[in-house]
Amino acid sequence: MHLIGELSAVLATALFIFALYWMNDPKTARHGVIAGIVGMTVAVVATWIQPEIIHHGWIIGAIALGFVVGVPLSRVPLTAVPQRTALSHAFGGLAAGLVGMAEFFLWKSGSSTVAMTPFRMSALGAEVILGFLTFTGSLMAAGKLQEVKWIPQRPVTYPGQNVVNIGVLLVAVGLGVAVVLNPGAAWAQQAFLAIAALALIFGVLLIVPIGGADMPTVISILNAYAGLSAVAMGFVLDSKLLVTAGALDGSSGLILSIIMCRAMNRSFTNVLFGAFGKAQPAAIKGEQKEWKQESVEGAAQLLEQARNVVIIPGYGMAVAQAQHKVRELYDALTKRGVTVKFAIHPVAGRMPGHMNVLLAEANIPYSALVEMDEINPEMPQTDIALVLGANDVVNPAARYNKGTPIYGMPIIDADKAKTVLAVKRSKNPGFAGIDNELYVGDNTWMLFGDAKAVLSDLVRQFGSGGIH
Amino acid sequence: MTDFGSMLFVFVLATFIGLGVIRRVSRLLYTPLMSLTNAISAIAVVGSIVVTGADHPLTIRILGAVALFASMTNIVSGFMITDRMLKMFKKQ
Repeated sequence: MHLIGELSAVLATALFIFALYWMNDPKTARHGVIAGIVGMTVAVVATWIQPEIIHHGWIIGAIALGFVVGVPLSRVPLTAVPQRTALSHAFGGLAAGLVGMAEFFLWKSGSSTVAMTPFRMSALGAEVILGFLTFTGSLMAAGKLQEVKWIPQRPVTYPGQNVVNIGVLLVAVGLGVAVVLNPGAAWAQQAFLAIAALALIFGVLLIVPIGGADMPTVISILNAYAGLSAVAMGFVLDSKLLVTAGALDGSSGLILSIIMCRAMNRSFTNVLFGAFGKAQPAAIKGEQKEWKQESVEGAAQLLEQARNVVIIPGYGMAVAQAQHKVRELYDALTKRGVTVKFAIHPVAGRMPGHMNVLLAEANIPYSALVEMDEINPEMPQTDIALVLGANDVVNPAARYNKGTPIYGMPIIDADKAKTVLAVKRSKNPGFAGIDNELYVGDNTWMLFGDAKAVLSDLVRQFGSGGIH
Repeated sequence: MTDFGSMLFVFVLATFIGLGVIRRVSRLLYTPLMSLTNAISAIAVVGSIVVTGADHPLTIRILGAVALFASMTNIVSGFMITDRMLKMFKKQ
């Protein structure tokens, strides 16, 4: 029996690594899902058939409930995928925290089969702290992304906030050290419950000062935490399979966090303790330039005459549900021999890679999706840059204006295109609350209105025969 | 003490493999990558199964069952939504 367990763990580990390996190309990526499912099934069955498992009804019930909740969660609209992801980090953290609690009480009551070495006790503390802070932190992030009313979108800050936050975490870690040093003490049980409570509070406090614009980074960091809590659980349960799977998840979260931070020119500490996205303290402006507005007919004419067009989509496009209209415009232009590419900023959307998924849903071929670093050298030769609901990622102020919170952030060089057409719903600032000077540039023409309505009108211009 | 060493050893090696493999993941697929790794790390379900299914006191088994439910939700929704998203990526 033990042999089956060991072998299945090795098999599952190999399958999980292959699953991630196949994600290097969209052509093979779906094999990865199958490998993951097979690996998971093997590991679950091998665990379930162990002789010590006797309460099968409980397991079946919990698994059934997991399906009842999991299936609808997998069918959310793609704009809601960031919330779902945050929610799943929360579930991952919750599972780790609860199993950690259970293991501790089992050991306390003397019915645990594993010996509690100081190493394992430390891992147990880490598992509970990481698990529970990921749980509440991710719930908060999910709430902010879902725009739940009673969770403020804008960062909430107060004097001494970082001191309070770090203090709470330090007390939790300190209690953890005390329990590791005196595991047999009468107060160890209470201390352990206090650690769990402090971790739950810390998770909330950690996310409260973080604004919407930082969500792609925050989701990635929480992903890393969720992975690390699984690693800690693997240490406690002496399971190499868990340690490996957790490490894969953790390293993925780490890499994505680094990519997101780089894409915003920020550091981890800055994201977690910097309270980005506050309303800008009265931007200093030398001259107030005026918008230049363009009609839909005029814009269609410009697009028709262009040789190459780069579309720069932002989350606003997805909010307006305009992806399918974008596809129609893409078709109309491609049919007329115009080369159309999509410039994707790493933080476009609300989580890593979000924009690619939103465009793929609208059947836009992924060969037309180009990363920022690859498209920027082409921008000066681009006839038209069509900005669709993107804002901060095309703001030229990021290059030189030290007064703006996005200073230093790499941007898509939309302003270098020969002509810029920007579709914008209103004249309000974007998600991060910053004015955008691209919109008042000399070569920029604005199209005000809902992205979907504007695009529909544009497509109609091409379809009506007015333009050939 | 051997468990201590060998577990850390596995952790370090797995992290290096993870960094190596993830670095090569297509930049188009970061969103499905996150839901896939999330489903995979729900392998924590094996810990929950033992806590829930073995002959433990009731409170322990309740903790285990909630954890099992949470992990299972991640497995089901994680794999399903990953596949749903990947199906949408077409070359032409």
